[in-house]
Amino acid sequence: MAATFFGEVVKAPCRAGTEDEEEEEEGRRETPEDREVRLQLARKREVRLLRRQTKTSLEVSLLEKYPCSKFIIAIGNNAVAFLSSFVMNSGVWEEVGCAKLWNEWCRTTDTTHLSSTEAFCVFYHLKSNPSVFGSCPRKNMQITILTCRHVTDYKTSESTGSLPSPFLRALKTQNFKDSACCPLLEQPNIVHDLPAAGVLSYCQVWKIPAILYLCYTDVMKLDLITVEAFKPILSTRSLKGLVKNIPQSTEILKKLMTTNEIQSNIYT
Amino acid sequence: MFVPCGESAPDLAGFTLLMPAVSVGNVGQLAMDLIISTLNMSKIGYFYTDCLVPMVGNNPYATTEGNSTELSINAEVYSLPSRKLVALQLRSIFIKPFCEKLLSWVKSSGCARVIVLSSSHSYQRNDLQLRSTPFRYLLTPSMQKSVQNKIKSLNWEEMEKSRCIPEIDDSEFCIRIPGGGITKTLYDESCSKEIQMAVLLKFVSEGDNIPDALGLVEYLNEWLQILKPLSDDPTVSASRWKIPSSWRLLFGSGLPPALF
Repeated sequence: MAATFFGEVVKAPCRAGTEDEEEEEEGRRETPEDREVRLQLARKREVRLLRRQTKTSLEVSLLEKYPCSKFIIAIGNNAVAFLSSFVMNSGVWEEVGCAKLWNEWCRTTDTTHLSSTEAFCVFYHLKSNPSVFGSCPRKNMQITILTCRHVTDYKTSESTGSLPSPFLRALKTQNFKDSACCPLLEQPNIVHDLPAAGVLSYCQVWKIPAILYLCYTDVMKLDLITVEAFKPILSTRSLKGLVKNIPQSTEILKKLMTTNEIQSNIYT
Repeated sequence: MFVPCGESAPDLAGFTLLMPAVSVGNVGQLAMDLIISTLNMSKIGYFYTDCLVPMVGNNPYATTEGNSTELSINAEVYSLPSRKLVALQLRSIFIKPFCEKLLSWVKSSGCARVIVLSSSHSYQRNDLQLRSTPFRYLLTPSMQKSVQNKIKSLNWEEMEKSRCIPEIDDSEFCIRIPGGGITKTLYDESCSKEIQMAVLLKFVSEGDNIPDALGLVEYLNEWLQILKPLSDDPTVSASRWKIPSSWRLLFGSGLPPALF
């Protein structure tokens, strides 16, 4: 509880999270009907892995069907734009699967007929190069994750307004022996962005070499300068050899920006 | 599940497990940071679970350039074999029930006893509690048998029972730990599973909880004697616990000069 400036007493948010005591009691009062509803909801919210653009599920895990040595994950619109324009534009990439999920935050209510544009995650593999999502054994797999955060999340003794954003920082697992193309994320900064932190935690625990490149930016929507901030990664071992034509990629990126801008202009 | 850093699981038979409850002011977790940092405990494994929100960062106890780049996750286990101490640190909030998984690991690991560091809302104290020390302890029946005499000699206050439903005058009395997160559940489950567990808590409010954490580790130290007993000089107490490098900028980045 806290008293505000005006004297009324309000319930202050608690850093400890939800009050587990209340949740425990609710659990005890659950009827069989409540339990059935809860199980149905859990089934609806399961993540489903589907084969290519069809609705059939993958019988085996994606990595068993397509073992790879390099797995690149882009999270967020700027990271995805970078990967699409620079990496996936070179060579022929084939869609091999997608992951679909539903929860209460989705705007659609129909879970069985989600179109391919509503897939939350699409998997591609490089047709020509066997070293990427190719036939190498899983043991040598290396994972690269790209994502963005807002610059105000970055803790520094200077003011965040004076930082030269966008800028890159990296976090790597113990087994990742190569060097990063940018400084490592300094204490006390952390990453708690769900996909990125989840994947990196998994890799650290199970000793998989992985690196996360984090772009701190003040523009969270699709932005040319933010996407270009990822460019130093092209010279690292993770992405080297995957990018053939940088000037062409930059053109594709500019087109992507323009298309997006037109769509977002409510006056046309 | 527990995943060791090295090739095999370390032998924790007979060890004392220290762990925090995610509670008001995060006092238990801050206290754990002080313990791990001061004793320079080494990481022996991860508690890999989907019950906690994922989070990663570089070594929170870094002291030099050399040891600053080891990745840390949301639930890690540290040990100090010379003192038979093992510490579990939790760095994010719960999203699923966790007690059962945790207690089954405690049982299988062979740890002799568990000490939970926690806190409770100070505004929920009754009149008597307002006038006494802010520290309280709770022991499960199996723990009482082994440490009752030691605790008695420390003159500690046991956590009082209060009305189960505060607004109702004829409601029964029970142990309540408002703001304690899973503390009560851990305690109840340990009682029924006959696990030797002690809960050490402080009544706190949200704010700058560093002094509360220092208070709680000193309270624990009265019993476990992790560090030498406190001298009469109060200025010595705060400085003997090593503040970890991750506590920098706890209240945000620097201010823009234009503000002034």
